[in-house]
Formats: sequence, C-alpha cells, structure tokens
Amino acid sequence: MPVREASGLKIWQRRTQRESLSHWALWLVGIAVFAYCWQQISAATTWFFVWDAPRIADDIWTRATPPKWEYITQLGKPIWDTLNIATMGTMIALVFAVPVAFLAARNTTPSRFFIRPIALLIIVSTRSINSLIWALLLIAIIGPGVFAGVIAIAIRSIGFCAKLLYEAIEEIDQTQVEAITATGASRWQVMAYGIVPQILPAFAGIAVFRWDINIRESTVLGLVGAGGIGLQLSSSLNVLAWPQVSLILLVILAAVVISEWVSAKVRGAII
Amino acid sequence: MLRLDRLVKTYKTGDQALKAVELEVPEGQVLALIGPSGAGKSTLIRCINRLVEPTSGKVYLGDTELTGLSSGSLRKERRRMGMIFQEYALVERLSVMENVLSGRLGYVGFWRSFLRRYPQSDVDEAFRLLDRVGLAHMADKRADELSGGQRQRVGICRALIQDPALLLVDEPTASLDPKTSRQIMRLICELCKERELAAIINIHDVALAQMFVQRVVGLRLGAMVYDGPPDGLSPDKLTEIYGEEDWEATIEKVDDEELETEAAE
Repeated sequence: MPVREASGLKIWQRRTQRESLSHWALWLVGIAVFAYCWQQISAATTWFFVWDAPRIADDIWTRATPPKWEYITQLGKPIWDTLNIATMGTMIALVFAVPVAFLAARNTTPSRFFIRPIALLIIVSTRSINSLIWALLLIAIIGPGVFAGVIAIAIRSIGFCAKLLYEAIEEIDQTQVEAITATGASRWQVMAYGIVPQILPAFAGIAVFRWDINIRESTVLGLVGAGGIGLQLSSSLNVLAWPQVSLILLVILAAVVISEWVSAKVRGAII
Repeated sequence: MLRLDRLVKTYKTGDQALKAVELEVPEGQVLALIGPSGAGKSTLIRCINRLVEPTSGKVYLGDTELTGLSSGSLRKERRRMGMIFQEYALVERLSVMENVLSGRLGYVGFWRSFLRRYPQSDVDEAFRLLDRVGLAHMADKRADELSGGQRQRVGICRALIQDPALLLVDEPTASLDPKTSRQIMRLICELCKERELAAIINIHDVALAQMFVQRVVGLRLGAMVYDGPPDGLSPDKLTEIYGEEDWEATIEKVDDEELETEAAE
C-alpha cells in the first residue's frame, strides 16, 4: 500500500510503480502466449470439418427427431439398473468412507504420521481414477454386468465422500468434544456424543450429493459394458438408431432432474 | 480436598502458562480465580482434569494423585469433577435431556449411552435437576433453541448429574448479560452450598466474584499473586494482578451498577 507525498498531499495508490509495471508485463506475456497457441491450434485443425459441422449437426437432428416413443417399453429395466447402481454404489462407498474419514481427520486420527498418510492415500487413489476406468478394470476382473458397475461407482465415491467428511470432522467445535471428555466419557462415547451429532448434517449432505453425481456417472457405465442404460445407448449408437438415442437421452435427462430435485429436498430438510 | 503441588505448564511454543502453582481447596469451598486474559486461569482448571496435560507437578483430588493416572482411571476420576464452560459447550444438535444425561457417560457403557437407554434413576435425577434450575419444560427442546442463560443452566445440570465433589467453572458468565450473569453465579453458588461442593470459578468480573465467593485467588502471568478474602482486594492488589488502572473508580462504579440491577429486578 504505497503512499507517496506530492506537494503536501498524501497520495495513495493500490500498487507501487514497480508492481503495476510487472502486472502489465504479466498481462502482455499472457496475451502473447494465448495468441501463439491459437495460431498453432488453427494450423492443426482441418477447417473443412469445422465449417461442415452445422450441416452434419442439422442432419443428425432431423434423423433423431421425433424420438421413437414406443422404444420406452425397453428402457424401464435399464434405467432401474442405473438407479440401483448409483444407490448401491453410494451406500457401499459410505460404509468405507466413514472409517477412512475418521482415520484421515487430524483431530481423530490415531496416528498422525503412520495411519493418516495411509488414509489420505486411499482417498487420493480412489478419487483420482474416473469411474469409467474403474469399470473397465473391474469388467476385466469380475466380468461385465451390473455388479461391476456398482463396485466401480463405490470405489470412485469412497475418496470423494471421505475427503468431504474428514474436512467436516476437522471443522467441528472442539469445546463440545472437550465438554464430553470432561464428563469421563470413553473414546467411543466422545465420538458418539461429541463428534457424530456435529457432522451428521454434513454426512447427509455429502451422501445425497454423491448419490446425485453417481446417477449421472452410472448412465455412461453401460458404454463399457457395466450395466444400466448406457448399454442401450451404446448399442443404439452402434446401429445409428438416432430416434432411440434421442429417447434415451431424454430418459437420462428426466432421471437426473428427478435426482437433483430429491437431493435438493433432502439437503433443505437437513439444514 | 483438592491440592495442587508445584503445578507447571509449559506450552510447546515455550510459553510458560503456569509457574509452580500451589493451591489447596478445602471441602465445600467456592473459590474465584481472577486475573487478566492470558494469566493461565483456563490452563489451570484444565490441568486439574487433564484436558490439558500439565508439564510437571502434582494434582491431588482427595487422596488420588491425578497426573500419573492411566486413561482408564483418569476417566473414573473425571466423573468426580464437573466442568462448566464459557460458551456453554452443549452439544448443539442434541436435546436438552440428552445433554444433561451426557453427564452420566462416565457411568454407563457405550451401547447403553449410544441407544439412549439410561437407567431410570439417571433420568429421574435429570428431571430433578432441570426442575431445580427451572428448565423442566424445556427437556425436549434442542440445545441450540435455548437462550444463553438457559444453555448455561443446562451446562450446570450436566456437570451436577455427574455427582461431582468438585466443580471446575471456566468463565461461566463471560457470554451473558449482567443480570443473567448474576443469576447464573448465584445459582452456581447456591447449588455448591446445597451439595457441599467445592468449586473453582474462573471469572474476570472482579465485582461479580466479590459478590458471591468466600475466597479469591489472583493469577498474573501464571503465578499466584493474591490469595485471600474478597474484601481484601484493595486497589493496590488489583494493580498487582491486572496492572495500572484507576481502580477506585471501578470499584465505586461497580457498587452503583449493583444497586441499579437490584432495583431493576
């Protein structure tokens, strides 16, 4: 916060002269890099396909409309599978995420230097791999089908849920824990009375939030053979049955809208 | 009943919060611990029930020495020391009844407490205590629906249901308005008399301490600089505890304030 004096007045500016100069230089470099990248990408693009895009898109649109409504009778089972994959996967994930979160939170971990890093490793490794890739791996191991989808969703969600939950555990009000400890409560009682009531709203919020995400993720798992509506989507795409594709997309849209509505309701009820 | 023997607490940062404090509290005595912020008042009472581990020195509760206890026996001894907190420290999302009953956690097993199946005698005692502090009709309310004074009453019930021999009270009135502060202090002191409890009350309101307690201990920078009756707190003594200030005016003003609240009641 530089203040400089000029003819008896104190002049305040946000940045010193040197700061504003380096600011300006940074912007210049940024714009130059952007322009250069633009040029490179442009040179590597086959512009014919790009100019052609609106025509192709219009072509697909006319083929895909109207959706083949009678096909809906065959979509009931797959969308039910998709919902089950998401729900089961979320539940299994939560069963594993809760202990991992308690082991990872600084204020509840039994050992900061040994167990906490392991818990953090579990969180990072399950989180960093997309559920589609987990599904590919699991199909190779346990064969195609809904079960592979459930496990893929579960593994992917452990890290996500555990991370959000352990952050909630670290943010609890420590004096409530102190008060329960001071009554002579055991370690488990302190957890049940001092910590769990404080993180319960966060837990419920995380659970429905992840369930909502998992419904979207499980719609694509069928593309690699892990069950659900994605299976129908990929077979329809393969035979270029555009009216079926459009109907499937509408069904997915409806499922996602409903899940968003449910999770918003649940979150509203908790808070 | 409670005896501190050269109690020292040095924090990791090197701050010496307590410098060889010697203190003896006889059965049934209510003692106010005064001193400026950072004098080590909170640390002192937390070192007694080992929410903060003392660096060295001994704490005797009756005949039991506390600093050397294993965690199991420490839990047993903690049941004999009820604690009351500045910000009430109730579990906000639990009901008033659950908060009071949580004072019995040291006596009941995990599953009983988890399933909220407390012995009927505990529930009876909880209702008796809530009735005593005038909150019997609030038993089903969630703790975060209560006002500050009501919360502190619940905190008092939670401490008393432990059936303690000693109360450790950390700034019970710091978050309350002057009138509620007086009511809470009066309630704590009455209950101590009824049950013949000893109590250590951390408090920074000197006038309030003088009104209610039999003995005052002044702490400055982790060392005891005053130990005596409340009316022995002369301006000189207060200067020694808190530092230079116009204490005459403060004490006089306190008297006026007292009259005003008395009139308002």
